[in-house]
Amino acid sequence: MIVRKEHKVLVQGITGKQGTFWTKAMQDYGTTVVGGVNPKKAGSQHLGLPVYATAVEAARDQELDVSVMFIPPMAAKAAAIDACEAGVKMVVCLTEHIPAHDVMEMHAAAASNGVRIVGPNTAGLVTPGECFVGIMPAFNSNVFQPGEIGVISRSGSLGTLVSLNLTQSGFGQSAFYGVGGDPMIGTNSRDALEILNADESTKAVVLCGEIGGSAEESAAEYAAAMSKPVVAFIAGRASPPGKKMGHAGAIVSGSSGAYDSKRAALEAAGVAVADVPSQIPVLLKEGLDRKAA
Amino acid sequence: MNFEEYRAKPLLVKSGIAVPDSDLASDAATAKAIAERIGNCVVKAQVPTGKRGKAGGIKLASSPDEAKAHAEAIIGMEIDGHRVEKVLIEAQVPIAKELYAAVLNDALSKNPMVLFSMMGGMDVEEVAETDPDAMRKIPVEITKGFDLAAARRALEGCGLAEAEQAVADVLVRLYQAYRELDAELLEINPLVLTSDDRVIALDCKLTIDDSASPRQADIAEQAAPEIMTELERKAQAAGLKYIALGGSVGVLANGAGLTMTTMDAITHYGGKPANFLEIGGEAYTKAKIALSILLENTDIRSLLVNFCGAFARTDVMTEGLVAAWKELAPDIPIFFTIHGTGEEEAVKIVKEQLGIEPFDLMDDAVRAAVTAAAEAA
Repeated sequence: MIVRKEHKVLVQGITGKQGTFWTKAMQDYGTTVVGGVNPKKAGSQHLGLPVYATAVEAARDQELDVSVMFIPPMAAKAAAIDACEAGVKMVVCLTEHIPAHDVMEMHAAAASNGVRIVGPNTAGLVTPGECFVGIMPAFNSNVFQPGEIGVISRSGSLGTLVSLNLTQSGFGQSAFYGVGGDPMIGTNSRDALEILNADESTKAVVLCGEIGGSAEESAAEYAAAMSKPVVAFIAGRASPPGKKMGHAGAIVSGSSGAYDSKRAALEAAGVAVADVPSQIPVLLKEGLDRKAA
Repeated sequence: MNFEEYRAKPLLVKSGIAVPDSDLASDAATAKAIAERIGNCVVKAQVPTGKRGKAGGIKLASSPDEAKAHAEAIIGMEIDGHRVEKVLIEAQVPIAKELYAAVLNDALSKNPMVLFSMMGGMDVEEVAETDPDAMRKIPVEITKGFDLAAARRALEGCGLAEAEQAVADVLVRLYQAYRELDAELLEINPLVLTSDDRVIALDCKLTIDDSASPRQADIAEQAAPEIMTELERKAQAAGLKYIALGGSVGVLANGAGLTMTTMDAITHYGGKPANFLEIGGEAYTKAKIALSILLENTDIRSLLVNFCGAFARTDVMTEGLVAAWKELAPDIPIFFTIHGTGEEEAVKIVKEQLGIEPFDLMDDAVRAAVTAAAEAA
């Protein structure tokens, strides 16, 4: 799903420093935040919103669509399972460095409750001009402008750069979809492509991948059948193999996850691949012109 | 984090999996003394890599003097970048059959996976590649676990005969150990059936999830030291990830994706990145220590700062960086491109305090840094 301003958002960890800062930013931008969670401050008010002991308790009190987690790694599993059991449609998990066994249990809880998890280790989702959920600079109008391009990124910082490049070239965005930098994420690049392909306001998609894993190869299979133009950039061409490049997911071991295999798979699927992010708007324009012709 | 065999095996024993009698030696005389106690033995290099056998780091000895000679040859050897400091002197067992067993995190199913093969030993990777059917892959649902019934189903038709029950028991214990240890990979290769009907783990490979180290603190302390340069170690101590890349254009950016992209752009425009170093996420307040680590690399001829703030506030990063830059006063040119959260304030700091105009386009900043590095070379 794409976040909309009518979606009711719960913030887990709302009273912390980052939870407070980003909740305010989300409210100011237009996101409908309806409450927060902190078991130690249940019953109080924060930023004019009710604070609950758990997401399940919040859901008993009011309707919820999305939960966003400002929760430290060791507490993330319990919080995510709580959100899944509360019956939200989507959990946005920003936390990085959650133990992998916990992540697997989170995904199991999501599957059994029919909940979509975005992340872990995502920077969140932006619907420019409407709302955002997470830790993206949606409010910076140099970076994000309403428009017709969907952007998918494993990395928040690269997603910011690419959105900036688009805005600088006159392309606004219909939605930014941060899928996350972890090896086991709930919504992968292929899922995000599917979501943006189904979205009527999206005319073309930019896919920002990186080395490691097989997300780009899998996304390429789906892109091959899409009629909307897809342009990709893959970070990590100059990165040495065998080294974890910050993201737990960004490591090349053997031939698996290497730049060349990702680029070849995308190009074979008809996706134009940019060498540097500044080429993305040029390739996008070519793709859209070809489609119009 | 990875563990040497002599650290991993006691963890198997704790889970009820049998291993041969053994002891650790860091010199040849001790190796001989251990061999005198345990008889016919194997001398095994203790390094966290799977290439020990092929590199000559594992030798059979049928006398204490032979064990001593092997220990002398093996200690000090370099295997896959690791210097051998210790050898494990382990009792030989009568091998009837070599099997393979492992449990790992499967990214595709987002669940654990148990692996088993009747064809264990040094060439198991080739076996798995040339004859995929020889490697059984058993998906496990993490919330359901892996019990004896599941293990017996997994082994059905393997031809283990009377040993099936005992091997199934080992698989269950291996899975339990994997869960308790927060392992990414727990592997026994070979798992041997002996001629006197025992099931024994002859080797053990263990990788524990770094993110789990807060709750695996005791075991994490025993992890094998990673091979890294002094600077990489210093960065790690400061909570930063630094990788030396050998070029002349220094890179400081926030976020792994943006940093890799910056390195790619430097390469695209004909330069060579000097390093990977990012101060994104929770590390965005560490600009000063990051800069001092960068500048210890004497091959740097120019520095490129690329901030694209989302969670990481560019004003906070820039403030720390500019203060450190003024304090350290390095004799190289610096180039900025700054966007995202806190951008206006960050640009103002750079202009007012350094008298430098940040580039609006990343490509322009990259080209300038590459040109400056080439001119200084």
